Amino acid sequence: MNKGWTEDQLAARVAQDIPEGACVNLGIGLPTKIPLHVPKDREVLFHSENGIIGMGPDPAPGEVDPDVVNAGKKHVTLLPGAAIVHQADSFSLIRSGRLDAVVLGGLQVAANGDLANWRVPGAGVGGVGGAMDLAVGAREVLVMMRHLDKNGRPKLVKTCTFPLTAPGCVTRVYTDLGVFDCVDGAFVVRELAPGISEDEVRTHTEGPLVFASRTALDQVASVQHEAADR
Amino acid sequence: MINKQTDSLEKAVSVIKSGSVILVGGFGDIGVPLKLVEALSGQGVRDLTLVSNNAGTGERGLSLLFKHGMVSKVIASFPSQAGADHFFAAYKRGEVTVELVPQGTLAERLRAGGSGLAGFFTPTGYGTELTEGKETRVIDGRGYVYESAIKGDFALVKAKWADRFGNLRYRLASRNFNPLMAAAARHTIVEVEEVVPLGAIAPDDVHTPSVYVDQIVECRA
Repeated sequence: MNKGWTEDQLAARVAQDIPEGACVNLGIGLPTKIPLHVPKDREVLFHSENGIIGMGPDPAPGEVDPDVVNAGKKHVTLLPGAAIVHQADSFSLIRSGRLDAVVLGGLQVAANGDLANWRVPGAGVGGVGGAMDLAVGAREVLVMMRHLDKNGRPKLVKTCTFPLTAPGCVTRVYTDLGVFDCVDGAFVVRELAPGISEDEVRTHTEGPLVFASRTALDQVASVQHEAADR
Repeated sequence: MINKQTDSLEKAVSVIKSGSVILVGGFGDIGVPLKLVEALSGQGVRDLTLVSNNAGTGERGLSLLFKHGMVSKVIASFPSQAGADHFFAAYKRGEVTVELVPQGTLAERLRAGGSGLAGFFTPTGYGTELTEGKETRVIDGRGYVYESAIKGDFALVKAKWADRFGNLRYRLASRNFNPLMAAAARHTIVEVEEVVPLGAIAPDDVHTPSVYVDQIVECRA
């Protein structure tokens, strides 16, 4: 599949949905591309599980602070207005619903909102990190991932066969093919990426699909093309 | 006169005996008391239970405890970082068992341990394989899992500043698990970059009060 959104276009699409003033946690991997695509005039507070509220971009060369890293242990910066808390308070904030959204990577998402993203079966000891806390705690659990796995198998599934991160937690999935909401046991297609047909999405999705009305899709598509033209 | 300063790393960690539960602060290598851990790795104690978010990478820090076969159990959220070769090798040799704990649950179990609480009910992990067999309860329509407190025999902690009473102040994101580890252990040993005069850390700026601290060792950066 070389149609659909590139990783950066996908990050830009997710960034569109993050409103002014939101407090958001970004998972490791693809989601770390999102901040680059948030419009400069939009103030968003990025949270990092290791106790940062108000995380900024990568440091300029020569300006690395050894005591400032993100969840992936990469050096980042603090924005003016940032706050630091210890790990227990950082996760209190997560579990108590102070995150407007988390954007996580995914291995499988089921139509009922079940998420599997921490362990491939048979892959040794594994590591869970903060994924389970984020999945149960954030008000919106957004998953950003490729539509198919490395072997070409659908990641939007009927039932997760990988170990769950949390049951029924995912609200929306962004893939290279489109945007899908988990509603009442089905994936409701909110948008298709440019050049992607309904049939292609059907072919590459295992879980039940519901297509939003054609009119709504056309409206979305035209907005998108305008955005792409800018 | 109260003075918790100890002049050598080796002397500080010599109180740690085989079979102890040790709590080590840090996230990745950030905020890990690397010099204390290295001093411990030369002490020849065994059968330690290590509670820390990770299990070290490369040839330093927590990796050395696995390299020297000192750890029999790890309680961690993410021991399997890329580069955790000594941990993986010890795990493959069958020397180490792992209790994998979601990171927020690990932090809260330590806070409970340092707070005189037996445990708590959390929604994290409910309905997943990590909490199989644990007590559950449905409260207001939501599922929760009972998680028990973690207490340690010893904590190894890294702070930026300390005074001779043992009041601590951490710097930025190297705070992470350190205050929780300091509070949850019976005996807390601190590696500190700079020992400052009493009062230099203003009362409002103390992150860990001296009552939680037993020994401090100054290690200038």
